[in-house]
Amino acid sequence: MSRPQSRIGIKLHQHVIEVKSKFEAEYRRFALKRNSHGGFQEFYHLLQSLHLIPGVEVLLGYADIHGDLLPINNDDNFHKAVSSANPLLRIIITKKEDEPEVFGTNSLQRRKKGLGLTGLRTATIGSTHSRHKPSLLIGQPQDFRQISSIIDVDILPESHRRVRLHKHGTHKPLGFYIRDGVSVRVTPQGVEKVPGVFISRLVRGGLAETTGLLGVNDEILEVNGIDVVGKSLDQVTDMMVANSHNLIVTVKPSNQRNNVTHRVTKSSGSVGSAGSSGSARDSPSPAAQSNPITASNSIAEGDSEDEEDDCDLIMENDSLLTHQVINSNLRDSHDLRPLPQSISLPNSMAASMISNHNGNSEESLREDGNIISL
Amino acid sequence: MMKFRFRRQGTDPQREKIKQELFAFNKTVEHGFPHQPSALAYDPKLQFMAIGTKSGAIKIYGAPGVEFTGLHKDTTAVTQIHFLSGQGRLLSLLDDNTIHLWELVGGNPKEVGGVRREGVVSLQEVNSYNLPGRPGIESCSATRVTVLLLLKSCDLLCIGTEGGGAYFLEVPRLSLKDNQTLLQDEISQSLPDEYRCGKALGPVESLQEHPQQAGKILIGYSRGLVVLWDLSTRHADQLFLGKQQLESLVWERSGNLFVSSHNDGGYSVWAVTSDQSCNPLPVSSTIPYGPFPCKAINKILWRTTQSGSPLLLYSGGMPRATYGDRHCLTIQQDKDHITLDFTSRVIDFFTVHSVEQEKEFDDPSALVVLLEEELVVIDLQTPGWPSLPTPYLAPLHSSAITCSCHISNVPPKLWERLINAGKAQQGRQHAHRVGGSLHEDGTVRFWDASGVALTPLYKLSTANVFHTDCDPSDSQDLNDDPDMQQEEEWPPFKKVGCFDPYSDDPRLGIQKISLCKYSNKLVVAGTAGQVIVFGLSDERSDHLLDVSVMDLLQDREGFTWKGHDRLDLRLKPPPFPPGFQPLVLVQCMPPASVTAVALHAEWNLIAFGTSHGFGLFDYHRRNAVLARCTLHPNDSLAMEGPLSRVKSLKKSLRQSFRRIRKSRVSGKKRAISTPTSKVQEANAALAEHEDVAPVQRRIEPRSADDSLSGVVRCLCFADTFLRDGTHHGPTLWAGTNSGSVYAYALEVPGAGSGRMCERGGVNEAGMCVEAVLGKEIQLMHRAPVVSISVLDGQGKPLPDPYEASQDLASAPDMTNAHSVLIASEEQLKVFSLPKVSAKTKFKLTAHEGCRVRKVALVIFSSATQEDYNEHTLVCLTNLGDMHLFNMPGLRPQVRYDCIRKEDISGIASCVFTKTGQGFYLVSPSEYERFSLSAKVITEPLCSVLLDRLLDCKPFSRCLLELPKLSWRTASDVVCSYVIYRSYFHPEIPLIMLCN
Repeated sequence: MSRPQSRIGIKLHQHVIEVKSKFEAEYRRFALKRNSHGGFQEFYHLLQSLHLIPGVEVLLGYADIHGDLLPINNDDNFHKAVSSANPLLRIIITKKEDEPEVFGTNSLQRRKKGLGLTGLRTATIGSTHSRHKPSLLIGQPQDFRQISSIIDVDILPESHRRVRLHKHGTHKPLGFYIRDGVSVRVTPQGVEKVPGVFISRLVRGGLAETTGLLGVNDEILEVNGIDVVGKSLDQVTDMMVANSHNLIVTVKPSNQRNNVTHRVTKSSGSVGSAGSSGSARDSPSPAAQSNPITASNSIAEGDSEDEEDDCDLIMENDSLLTHQVINSNLRDSHDLRPLPQSISLPNSMAASMISNHNGNSEESLREDGNIISL
Repeated sequence: MMKFRFRRQGTDPQREKIKQELFAFNKTVEHGFPHQPSALAYDPKLQFMAIGTKSGAIKIYGAPGVEFTGLHKDTTAVTQIHFLSGQGRLLSLLDDNTIHLWELVGGNPKEVGGVRREGVVSLQEVNSYNLPGRPGIESCSATRVTVLLLLKSCDLLCIGTEGGGAYFLEVPRLSLKDNQTLLQDEISQSLPDEYRCGKALGPVESLQEHPQQAGKILIGYSRGLVVLWDLSTRHADQLFLGKQQLESLVWERSGNLFVSSHNDGGYSVWAVTSDQSCNPLPVSSTIPYGPFPCKAINKILWRTTQSGSPLLLYSGGMPRATYGDRHCLTIQQDKDHITLDFTSRVIDFFTVHSVEQEKEFDDPSALVVLLEEELVVIDLQTPGWPSLPTPYLAPLHSSAITCSCHISNVPPKLWERLINAGKAQQGRQHAHRVGGSLHEDGTVRFWDASGVALTPLYKLSTANVFHTDCDPSDSQDLNDDPDMQQEEEWPPFKKVGCFDPYSDDPRLGIQKISLCKYSNKLVVAGTAGQVIVFGLSDERSDHLLDVSVMDLLQDREGFTWKGHDRLDLRLKPPPFPPGFQPLVLVQCMPPASVTAVALHAEWNLIAFGTSHGFGLFDYHRRNAVLARCTLHPNDSLAMEGPLSRVKSLKKSLRQSFRRIRKSRVSGKKRAISTPTSKVQEANAALAEHEDVAPVQRRIEPRSADDSLSGVVRCLCFADTFLRDGTHHGPTLWAGTNSGSVYAYALEVPGAGSGRMCERGGVNEAGMCVEAVLGKEIQLMHRAPVVSISVLDGQGKPLPDPYEASQDLASAPDMTNAHSVLIASEEQLKVFSLPKVSAKTKFKLTAHEGCRVRKVALVIFSSATQEDYNEHTLVCLTNLGDMHLFNMPGLRPQVRYDCIRKEDISGIASCVFTKTGQGFYLVSPSEYERFSLSAKVITEPLCSVLLDRLLDCKPFSRCLLELPKLSWRTASDVVCSYVIYRSYFHPEIPLIMLCN
C-alpha cells in the first residue's frame, strides 16, 4: 500500500503506468511508477492487498498490445509487462485452483469468441483442454508461447511439410531469404524441370532458424494455401510479407530424412497436433493425397485465423469526445473528475490518477496542433 | 477460400450477363506523338499522312480524329513508307529488308457488350515480299534495299539496292519482274572510260520518276552518276556524270531540270536536254553554307511557284565545325533564306502542293517536317514562313510529364473560359516563339480529351511566380527584336518547335494537382514543397501573391533537411495574364516534394502532404489550420531529400570500378602475367561472380522503422460521421506509407451540422477553422495507404464539393451509417463509421501476390439497360493488371491484363476517369487510352471513301466521309471533319498534364 501513496504528484504519464487489475468480478485501478518499481514478488503482494485476498494463491496475467494474455510469474516478464504498458496495463488475476487461463497468441480474443473453430486450428500448446483431459504436465505450458508448428500432416504427402510461423509479439525477425531456382517434377511425360522458389538463406537467430522446420534449399510450394506455381519471386515475396504475421508455408524439404510420417503423428501426437481430433480428415481422400497443392483446408484456416489476427489498431482520441468537458472543468473550477469506477481508493491514489489523465489530455491537445484555444 | 467464393459466384448466369453488360476491356487509341518515328509519307489524293516508327508501327492520320494504326509482326524499324496514291494502300520497307503491303479494310459489324457496332475500317497487312539474295554473291548486303520508288500509275515498284542493282516489282501482287532487273554492269558499259576508272558506282541512292514522261526514271548512284532510264526500251537515255557523292535527287515540275544534293553540303542543278546523251557538268553547283567543310544535304526539294523564283527546301548542309550538331532545315526563295533550327533530329519532310497535271506550278502551301520528337508544319504562303499549330500530334512530352489528372463533365462555362484563355495565350506564344527559347517547366497543360485527338487548350505556367537562375524575363528583352538578330547571324537561324527536354529548374516540377470545376479553383503542388492555389480570372491582374510558410516538422528535434532549398519568390512578378492566376502560395518546410494534395473549395480548404507530414490551410482566411508531423523518429532517409546522394555515389563508384576491372580483364591477353594482374583477375572473377549470384529476397514483415514510413500518400476531405453516429461534419483523412491513417474532425464555420453554433458561442475565435484529431488507425500489415474514400449510407462514394449543395448530383445518404474504404498496397478494406470496425476486406497481395498501385471508384453503366449502373472499385496492380471489385462488398468481378509489368512508368502514370476509361503513358510521348466499360468507349471509328470498294461490306451501311488533311490556314484546322464516334458522350472531359 505504501507504494502508490508515494507517487503523489507525478505528472508526466511517461513515468507512470495505469494499472487496471481484475480479480473475478472486481476491478482495481491504480498507478505505478515506471522506473522504480520492485520485482515480481512485491507486485504480487501489492495486488493481493489491493484485492483484499491476502494469502490466496493466484496466477497473474496481462494483456499485451496485441491482445494476447501473457503470464506474469517472474521478474523478467513482469518488467516486460510494465514496459509494454502504454499507459494502461491490464492485469487479470485468477485463482490457482481454478481452470488456468489460456495463455498464448490471441487468447483474449479467442476467449471472447468462445473458442470456436478449434477443430480446424492447430491446437496450441495452451489449449490443452485441461477440463476434459488433464494431461501429463511436463512444464507449465502457460508459461510458453507458440512460435511455430507443423500442420496438416495427415493431408499432405510425406515429402511435403506445412509450417506455420507465429511472428506475433516476438522481436525476432522471421529471418529467411528466398530465391529463384529449378525444381524437378515427375510427370506422366517423364522428369520435367520447372522454375521454382527456394529458401536461399536462414538468418542466424531468426525465427525460421530457431524452429528448425525450414532449411536452405527447401522448395516453397504454397504460401498460406495459395499455390506459387507460375508466380515470380517478387510475387511470392509480396505474398509472404503480406502474410508475415501468420505465415503458413508448404515446403518440400531438401532434406527428406526428417519427414513426419502419418503413423507417428497419430500414435504419439508429439509433433504439432494437426487438429485431427476425430475429424473426417483422419482418412484423407485420395484426391487430397494425389494433389496436395489444392489442400483448401489451410486456406480456410488461414482466413479464419486472419479474422482474429489481423485486427488493425484503432486509437480513439478521448480528447475529441471529452475535451470540451475537460476544458470547461478546468476553466470553471479545478474539481476532480469522478473516477469511472466506484471503488473506494485512497485519496492520494485518485489524485495521481487524475493528474495523470490531465497530463494525457494536455499532451494530446498539444499534439493536435497549435490551433486549439483553451 | 476466396477462390472458391469467386468461382461459385462466377457460375451465376444472371450475374455473368450483368457483368458482360458492364465491363469490357479495350485499348482504344493512342494520344500524343508516336515514340521514335522513323518514316513519313503523304498521300495528296486522300490527304493522308503516315508515320512509321522504330517499333514497327504504322499510323495513318487524316482529318482530326481520323486515325488508323497497323503493327508489323516483327518489331523492326519502318524505314520507308509509300502510299499507293488514292487507293488507301501503302507499302512499307522495314529494317530487316522486307516490303509489306497494307490496305484499309472494312470490318464486319461486331457485337460488344450486347450492342451491335458498325464495321470499322482498319489497316491490315495483305502482302509482303523479301528480295532474294543474288546467287553467286555471298554478301547479303548487295540486295539490301536502299530506296523505293512507286510509279504514279501505282503498278510498278522500283527498288534500289546496296549492290547498285535496280529491281522491279509488280504491285499489288508484289512479284518480281525478272526480265526488267537492271544491274550496274549494264550501266557501266555505256560510261566513258575516264569516268568509269575501274570503280563501282556504289549503292542506288535515289530513284525519281520523270514528272511528265511516264516510264522514265532517274537513277542516282552513290558515286555521283545519275542515269535517266527508259523502262519500256530498257535503255539509258542520258547520263549525268556527277563527281560528288550523291545524297538525293528531285525533279523540277516541268521535267527540264533536276537537282541533286551531295555529301559535301552542296547541291547541283542539272539540265535535261534531249540532244545530249552524256552531260559531264551541272548547270550550277552551290554549297550554301560553305566555304568551310559542311555536312551532307540529306534531302532536297525544289518547288516552282507562280510568283517566280522556285522554293528550295533542304535538310542538313550545316558548316561541320560550327553548327554540325544542329538539326536544321533550310527554306530558300530568292533572297529569303531561313534556317529552321529544331531541337530534335529531322526524320523526313514533305510539302503540300498541287499535284494536278494541268497546273503549271507546284505552288506549295505547307511544309511538314517530321522530327524525332514532334511534327512541325510551316506555312509557305505567308511571308516569313510562320509555323502552324497542328490539330493533333501535339507533343505531350515537350517537357517531361510528371503527373496527370482527368476531369470529366466540365461545366460549359469553365470550358469556354479555358478556351478563351488558351486562345489569348496562343497569340502571345507566337510573338514569343519568334523571340527564341521556350523554357517551360512547372507548367500545367489542359487538353481536350473528349475525342480521339488530344488537343491542347490552355497552358498554365507556375514558373513566373518564382525566381529562377535563367529568368526568362531577362533574356526576353534581348531577343525581342528578331530582325536585328537575323542581320548579324549567319546562317539565319529560327527556332521552331516546342519540344524542350531541358528544364530550367527541376524544383519547378509539379507533383500533384487538384481542380474544382465548379468554383474554378486549382491547386498545384510541386517538387520544392510549393503549394499554389489558383483562381480563374478573365482579366489581367497585378495583385500580390499571399505567401504562407508551414513547418511540417513541428519542431521535431534532431532532424536536418539535406535536400534542395525552397524556390525563391520573384520580388516583382509580372502581371498575371487572364486564365488561372495564383492567389496563395503555401510553402512547406522542409521543402520536400509534395506527395499528396486535396482541395475542398466549398470549405475553402486545401490539404497537402510531404514525406514529413501534412498540413491544412484555409485559403479564404489565409491561415494555417493544422500541421502534423508523420515522421518516424528512426527514419533518417526522409531527411535527405528526394535522392540519397551518398548511396548513389557509392553505387556508381562501385560500378565504375567494376567496369575498369572488366576492361582490364578483356585486354589481359596482351598483358604479362604479373602478381598484380593475377589479383586483378581474381577481382574480376569476384565481380563476375557477384553479378551472377541469384537474386535473393528477404522475407520480413514491415516494421515501423522502415525508411520513408512517414510519407503522406493520400489525403481526402469528407462530410461524414467521425465523432458519433448522429452528427456529421467536415473531416480530413490522411494516409501514410507505413499504414497509418489519421482522421481529423474539422470545425468549419458555416459548414456541417448544428454543432457549429454552440461552439461558436463559447469561443470568440470560433470563426476560424479548427481541426481536432478524431481517430488514428494503424493498419496491422503496415503497407502504404494508397487511397481513402468515404462511402455514404448506400455504399456510394460521396459527391464532390458543391455537387450536392448545388443539386448537381444526388445528395449522399446521410441517414444510414457511413463507411470508409482504405486501400493499402496489400489490402482493400471497408470500415464502418464512426466506430471504425472492419466490415469487408480483400487481401489482394496475400492471394495474388500483386500490390495495389492505383485505385479509383468508378461508376459503370450498363450497355443495354438504360439506367442501370454500379459503383466499382478499379485497382491497378504492380503487375499491370486491372482488378475490379464491387462496392462495398469488395468481391472480385473481373481481371484484365492491361500494362506490361516491366513498364513501371506506364503503371505509375495511369489515371482513371469516373466512367471507366483510363490513360497511361506507353512511351514518354504517348498516352494509351483504354476503356474498362462496355458502354463508355472513345475510339476512332473511321471510314474512307476510296476508288476501290472496301472489302466485305456494302457501302450504304457505313458512315462515309472524305477525310481531309489540311494545314492551309489556321481556321481550316479548327473546323474538323471528325468522324470518330464515341459511345455515350455526355461529358466534356479534360485532361491535365503537368510538367
